[in-house]
Amino acid sequence: MTPDVLPIADDALVAAQRLLAWCGRAPTMEEDVALANIALDQLGVARALLATLGDEDALAMTREAHEFRNCLLVELPDDLSATPGAAGPWGDFGVLTAKLLFLSAYQKVLYDRLADGEPGALAEVAGKARKESAYHLDHATQWALRLGDGTAQSHARVQAAVDGLWPYTYELTGFVDRADWLAAVEPVLAKATLTRPADEGWAPDGGRAGRHTEHLSYLLAEMQSVHRAHPGATW
Amino acid sequence: MVSALTEARAAAASVVDPELPALTIEELGILRDVTVVDGHVEVTITPTYLACPALATIADDIRAALSAAGFADPSVRTQLSPPWTTDWITEAGRAKLTAAGVAPPSRSLPILDGSGRYSDRFGPRSEEVLCPQCGSSRTSEMARFGATACQALWRCEDCREPFTHVKQH
Repeated sequence: MTPDVLPIADDALVAAQRLLAWCGRAPTMEEDVALANIALDQLGVARALLATLGDEDALAMTREAHEFRNCLLVELPDDLSATPGAAGPWGDFGVLTAKLLFLSAYQKVLYDRLADGEPGALAEVAGKARKESAYHLDHATQWALRLGDGTAQSHARVQAAVDGLWPYTYELTGFVDRADWLAAVEPVLAKATLTRPADEGWAPDGGRAGRHTEHLSYLLAEMQSVHRAHPGATW
Repeated sequence: MVSALTEARAAAASVVDPELPALTIEELGILRDVTVVDGHVEVTITPTYLACPALATIADDIRAALSAAGFADPSVRTQLSPPWTTDWITEAGRAKLTAAGVAPPSRSLPILDGSGRYSDRFGPRSEEVLCPQCGSSRTSEMARFGATACQALWRCEDCREPFTHVKQH
């Protein structure tokens, strides 16, 4: 069954906004460029899909949080520490790595399925997006390998990120066969000497029905502020 | 007497890529189709990457070129399927890229197999990229992502010059 367009578009839009926060703040210049490129790819998917539903600006910039259909994983801040900011002023790169690994693996599996599925706007966008997702997954994989199979500190931090984000991956993989997603993620974790929690226990969801964490409203307030301040503006 | 379609096609095909102005959009493989119906021209293009910010500029440039060629109210539409691939860059386009100091994409796909599926993630990069300055094959990738979505940054171990490389896509 082909999923609705809006959840897939919102996943990409919110993911883009989170990634963009690293612009100018990444640990190296090359990483800054890479994350900006990946964020732009996500934005491209969001724009292409939202445009099939209506006015892309109105949909992105005037909906309230409860009207968004993204999964919870993408709206989480890149910092799971008990004291926000403990991992650094801009976030925890270990969390970013784990999150991008999980997200890009899911999007690759999803877009492959959609591109070969029912013809239509989703199949067309997915046909292009899957090639871009392959590069995102490769990027996340390389970091997971270096950090997981790295120093004691890097290993501990990315392992904590994997453990902390794992409960959110059940909702993430809702539109695909979870076994396909695990087949993409588990070999990377294994080679990175990382473990994964068992598939049981707490499985937060609600994003697909508009029930979000408090993080989304802050993200949207920033993302939508300029548009809301000048409705109808053009240049 | 040249037909309107021939003129329109020539005007559209002459538009250069804003980021790689050594190439026309025809050589880049993004010009899909040109039709003329009752004097109204419609040009179809395909984006390289979904989020390519140059696409709007290219559409504007196409409209300007057609207006300059005497066509009133030209329109430009975007088509996503089948998806653009670097394999559509013409041989002339590849030669021009090299002459401009940019290593063109290889036809082999080290990351993506023919169907776009991910393969050989843990292996070394097996792609051979020739230095556009000195022609050496002793080159290495410095950064997978570059100034634009399509570019990566490479370095020549012989002449020691860095250069951009259009990635397979």
